[in-house]
Amino acid sequence: MDFNSPEFWTFVLVILSFGIYIYIGYMNRVRDTRGFYVAGQGVPAIANGAATAADWMSAASFISMAGLISGMGYDGAVYLMGWTGGYVLLAMLLAPYLRKFGKYTVPDFIGDRYYSNTARTVAAVAAIFVSFTYVAGQMRGVGIVFGRFVGISVELGVVIGMVIVAFFAVIGGMKGITWTQAAQYCVLILAYLIPAIAIALLLTGNPIPQLAFTFSDITQRLGTLQVDLGFKEFVQPFQGKSQLDILFITIALMVGTAGLPHVIVRFYTVPTVRAARYSAGWALLFIALLYTTAPAIAVFARYNLLTTLTGAEAQPDGSFVMNPVSADELRAENPWIPKWEAPGLLRMEDKDGDGVITVAPGNAFENKAVGDPTPVDVSRNEVYIDADIIVLSTPEVAGLPAIIIGLVAAGGLAAALSTASGLLLVISSSVSHDIYYRLIDPKADEKRRLLVGRLMILIAVIIAGIFGIFPPAFVGEVVAFAFGLAAASFFPAIILGIFDKRSNNYGAIAGMLTGLIFTSVYIVLERFMGVPFKDILGPAYISSQGIGTIGAILNFTVMFVVSRATAAPPQEIQDLVESVRIPRGSGEASAAH
Amino acid sequence: MDPEKAKAYWNKNITVIGGFLAIWALVSYVFGILLVEPLSNINIGSLPVGFWFAQQGSIYVFVVLIFVYAKVMDGIDKQFDVNE
Repeated sequence: MDFNSPEFWTFVLVILSFGIYIYIGYMNRVRDTRGFYVAGQGVPAIANGAATAADWMSAASFISMAGLISGMGYDGAVYLMGWTGGYVLLAMLLAPYLRKFGKYTVPDFIGDRYYSNTARTVAAVAAIFVSFTYVAGQMRGVGIVFGRFVGISVELGVVIGMVIVAFFAVIGGMKGITWTQAAQYCVLILAYLIPAIAIALLLTGNPIPQLAFTFSDITQRLGTLQVDLGFKEFVQPFQGKSQLDILFITIALMVGTAGLPHVIVRFYTVPTVRAARYSAGWALLFIALLYTTAPAIAVFARYNLLTTLTGAEAQPDGSFVMNPVSADELRAENPWIPKWEAPGLLRMEDKDGDGVITVAPGNAFENKAVGDPTPVDVSRNEVYIDADIIVLSTPEVAGLPAIIIGLVAAGGLAAALSTASGLLLVISSSVSHDIYYRLIDPKADEKRRLLVGRLMILIAVIIAGIFGIFPPAFVGEVVAFAFGLAAASFFPAIILGIFDKRSNNYGAIAGMLTGLIFTSVYIVLERFMGVPFKDILGPAYISSQGIGTIGAILNFTVMFVVSRATAAPPQEIQDLVESVRIPRGSGEASAAH
Repeated sequence: MDPEKAKAYWNKNITVIGGFLAIWALVSYVFGILLVEPLSNINIGSLPVGFWFAQQGSIYVFVVLIFVYAKVMDGIDKQFDVNE
């Protein structure tokens, strides 16, 4: 056995971390529905913060985000601000009041507040749809991480992931998931920060990635290098998207974050309203550790890749001299190049036959990504770099020992598994609690409800696994869907439910349906039917990622107007609104449930 | 609880939220997006201020805003005797 091989350490650390998750899941097994759906409402604020952070940061945040920013430059800010700013909205506009409300799910609040089973059904179906679109990509992510690091097939990787998630989610419910997620956060943040610190030290001499990014001249050097190679300055805004689109995407992602059911339910698990507020702070602090490191990795890794591939040498005056070499020389000098060429994450070819590899803006090959059938225009660029390489190759590029490569694999798996388990719980609770218990059989006893809950999570794991093994063609497009629909449906209905006492059942149903239909029709027309909104709308164009903002505004407007044109909600609903606004009594509210 | 007092507590909460969300929007939407070009002439370290707010600064401000909000509300909850 080779104790210095990445494969050995990947195997050891993956097995070890999985063992820990299974142990934690078993220790936190539950026997009642309150434990199963909201972890008995006994999770301390800081632990819930760590669980929320792991729940939130998916395989895409961990593996792909830094690489995306690396290619987007300034425009990558839509993800950085968009996927963090929503926590401010959660902390001030949603979490404390929903915790006081004290019930188990988002459709619970919408159904009770709008005294309407139609509203409850719309919310439950939307929650299931949003969570399934999101979880399909997560199970695929588990398989991909397994495939890349452990060398087994993606399909087998998905099956292993399903078994692990099924184990701690079925026996532990929300309680098992919460404590497993807290452990998964520790694994994923270590796996992210250690290589980042190493590469920051290597390139700038400063070990803190955020400080190295801000205060060293690395970003300026990257800017000069990019301009020499024909790219735009890295920090120049609006290279790929218009200012209007950047604004709308950022708002849609923030509002969507605050409206995602698997994020909202995390705040039902803490003991008090006060804990819900602090918990949002801890969650964002833990998320910010990764999110402020990502743009630093993006710059370091891009600088490193470009200088390696072009042989660029910095001159004392700050300019660069390029020494391009042939593909074979690059492969011989950098062992990570053939390694990532094998799975198709990197591709280079001396297309013009001049004996050296040229790096230039534009697409290198007729298909943007390996395996992507869509043809694209080709430039003189001769290298294709998949976004995922940026994070995956950092340990090797920084010359870190094999154990760190194993840790990155365990971190990627932790990110994918923790997000998948949170989503699966929402799907299970929407079906077993909102639809089965609240609508079909309100007389079901505790034991039966718990059994249905466990059964639903098992079925959801199996369906998600099938999506992971046979990914539907739309997986790449689902993020726009999940955020757009959450922004356009839940967020306005919850906010007005708390802040506007006059909002009633008719307003909520009309508003949610308007937001959902408008947003889905726009996304389907643009992404699936190929309607060229970009040409039709010109400078007023907003992409599918940002259209949820308009959906949310429509929902707010329709709900406000319809509510005022129809009868005011009954007195007991107005009393309910009064009660969620006052922190005191959160314990009694949940005990009485 | 006395409805007058409940109303006063709620109005206070809304005023506090309004102030914090104004800062939230200022650092992200205004500094990070709308004014990013005019702000590119000033630097923080070696990064243009607008770019820094878009990729670093606004996230730091978000974290601080939540903790300060939670702290401020601790005081207001006590003042109105609605704390847990």
